[in-house]
Amino acid sequence: MTPELGHFVLALALALALVQSTIPLFGAARGNLLWMRSARSTAFGQVVFVGLAFAALMRAFVVSDFTVLNVANNSHSLKPMIFKVAATWGSHEGSLLLWVFILTIFGAAVAAFGSNLPETLRARTLAMQAWISVGFLSFLLFTSNPFERVFPPPLDGADLNPLLQDIGLAMHPPLLYFGYVGFSIVFSFAAAALIEGRIDTAWARWVRPWTLAAWISLTAGIALGSWWAYYELGWGGWWFWDPVENVSFMPWLLGTALLHSAIVTEKRDAFKSWTILLAILTFSLSLLGTFVVRSGLLTSVHAFAVDPERGLYILGLLAISIGGSLALYAWRAPMMEGGGLFKPISREAGLLLNNLILATATGTVLFGTLYPLFLEAVSGDKISVGPPFFNGAFVPMMLPLVFVMGLGPFLSWKRADLVGVLQRVRFVVVLAVLATLAIWYFAKGGPVLAYLSILIALWLFFASLREWALRVRLFEVPLQESIRRARNLPRAAHGMTLAHAGVAVLMIGMIGSSVWKSEEIAFVEPGTSVNIAGFDVTFEGVQRVRGPNYIADQGTLRVERGGSFVTALKPERRSYPVAQSTTTESAIRSTLAGDLYASITEPSLDKAEESGAWTLRILYEPFVGLLWLGAAMLVIGGSLSLSDRRFRVGAPQSSKARSTKPVAAE
Amino acid sequence: MKRAVAIIPLVLAVIVGGFFLWGLNPNRDPSEIPSVLISQPAPSFILGPVPGLDVQGLSRENLLGNPTPVVVNVFASWCVPCRAEHAVLSALVERDGVRLFGINYKDQPVDAVNWLQNLGNPYERIGLDLSGRAGIEWGISGVPETFIVGGDGTVLYRYVGPIVGEEAVSTFRQALRQAGVLEERS
Repeated sequence: MTPELGHFVLALALALALVQSTIPLFGAARGNLLWMRSARSTAFGQVVFVGLAFAALMRAFVVSDFTVLNVANNSHSLKPMIFKVAATWGSHEGSLLLWVFILTIFGAAVAAFGSNLPETLRARTLAMQAWISVGFLSFLLFTSNPFERVFPPPLDGADLNPLLQDIGLAMHPPLLYFGYVGFSIVFSFAAAALIEGRIDTAWARWVRPWTLAAWISLTAGIALGSWWAYYELGWGGWWFWDPVENVSFMPWLLGTALLHSAIVTEKRDAFKSWTILLAILTFSLSLLGTFVVRSGLLTSVHAFAVDPERGLYILGLLAISIGGSLALYAWRAPMMEGGGLFKPISREAGLLLNNLILATATGTVLFGTLYPLFLEAVSGDKISVGPPFFNGAFVPMMLPLVFVMGLGPFLSWKRADLVGVLQRVRFVVVLAVLATLAIWYFAKGGPVLAYLSILIALWLFFASLREWALRVRLFEVPLQESIRRARNLPRAAHGMTLAHAGVAVLMIGMIGSSVWKSEEIAFVEPGTSVNIAGFDVTFEGVQRVRGPNYIADQGTLRVERGGSFVTALKPERRSYPVAQSTTTESAIRSTLAGDLYASITEPSLDKAEESGAWTLRILYEPFVGLLWLGAAMLVIGGSLSLSDRRFRVGAPQSSKARSTKPVAAE
Repeated sequence: MKRAVAIIPLVLAVIVGGFFLWGLNPNRDPSEIPSVLISQPAPSFILGPVPGLDVQGLSRENLLGNPTPVVVNVFASWCVPCRAEHAVLSALVERDGVRLFGINYKDQPVDAVNWLQNLGNPYERIGLDLSGRAGIEWGISGVPETFIVGGDGTVLYRYVGPIVGEEAVSTFRQALRQAGVLEERS
């Protein structure tokens, strides 16, 4: 009965969304307050109904109700409870329901926290949000009903893909969707502003926290996915430039640009139509991601079960939402330009460069991702575009961006004093060069590009710290005075420093783990020893271990360094009888200096089996831990910024807070 | 002027959307199309030998007129699973007398030569496919991939991924038996 209730409340939510997509718009056009305010209650109604539907589906998974087709296909009674819950969003239908649920959560959040918005803007924003709701709810109800029953019900389920039975991946889709869908609010704000034909600094101030919240989730989601690939896929890579990775990366890149251009719109009343365009495109790319993953348009390891009919439906949604909003943009944007002027050396110019590079980078990734499709359509040839293209085109573009990123925060609005800035950063340059030389001395060898990247990353790191130190006047005034200043600094300033430094840390991790990675593959028998990066790794044999829904062969590796015992690594090879597949559980010894990473594969030969030989893959990846640390710094920095009092709802802006921060925070 | 600029994003989006619409054509499957080689003639290709290696190159001609079906394996020295698979293929050649041909896919000749010298060379002929062109003709989705080709040049079977592990090896041996390369086991 519960699944039918779930289905029914979804239909109710669609009805509410239809009301919300029209009535408030008329209300705003006619100045009818009642009609405008109806958006609030319908937004709350939607979240309640979709939430109930989501709960109904989750219940079906939790109690293993195999009469529901979706549960039978993606769950199993022996599966640990946490993965039963996570399987709710493990399928196309379930994940789409989660998508819509998050969409309605954001809608309700605007309704709840948007009391300081002008009535018309709020009504129109919620109406735009409802349009998206209508599109996806109807998609769900008409093509992908998650509550479909199956008769006769199977005795047990087919189990979720074991690769996905992992805590990292269980949390990956919700975070990613919070990011994707979070940008829908910004999109709705942009569309509403275009309808109003007016955009001002207040608009940018309302939009920024939503952008930031979405960006934080997306950052966390991408990092989590990358981390999962690193430890679960068993070959130590963390980014593959797979189309599905790319479609999550593009909204991130453009969202980062939006985050920065909105600052200019807020502080200087400039870049208006550009900010609007970014807001539209960022969400468009999120939609594109949904489309690519679910339509089978491109070849990818991630794709859901492919159905051309669904693809066509989403393409229709894309055409209406992206085409519609861009048409609106083409019509209205030329009417609202103007704003603050600035000199070539100024914070505006720095942020402009940031935006140009990020937008170009997004375009590059988009082009590389879709190029196989373009080429196939034009010439019929089939190719795949892989890491060489992306690394070659993308990485050199990022270096100037990171350089400007170090310099930007020193620049003042409108017109910056370049000489003064250079004076303030000269020690930073010296420090970065010395540190790079030291690394070159110890690492000995490696490509020039790697050292250049390290130099620029260190520059960013030290420059970010220097800028922060200047603000609190560290070492210039007594320490207590500096601490007092640090306390008075807006949180957004701390957030920016942390996030920018996080990018530097992330870069060092990327460079270290890809340039100085060492790797050994060997057939090993008990007693075989492998030497890698100064470690002696001895294979001691394999044990059979039983898990809840799998059987594992667990290898034991003794790791020694210079004759003394370091650790024992226990990589596993798990086989899931129900899902009929095997997964690799790598064993990792993580230190800040680098990860020792081991995975094993079963013997490939009958005779090897007799002697107990296994394929051992062992890697040493220097500094790879900094990747996750850097990502964490980005997320924490963003969250700090989000908690800034200026963004907190209803917090009145004190005139004191305004006067003590001449330099804007981002 | 401003108006013209503002309309550009829309125009670009419409163009990209057109490609998407074409891409959704139900008869098109980006991952599947080339793999319907099964029971189709093997693609025509001519590959030169790997420089520095005393093994002849490979072309479609070499796959024709063999008394029993032969195995064509796509490999590369940079491909880790290939290393594990190498032992399986070597055993098939040594113990079961399977005739094995190799396509060395997007590999540096020096690396390939080193690799084969270290591990041994089970291949009768090896074609160097530096550009990946033959790989496209064969419709491979990755390395390694293994085909069984009949004496008339028909592709009988395709195995995607490394033939490593009990299950994979027995699946592949079963295919070899069906193709008549191996004797039915009693």
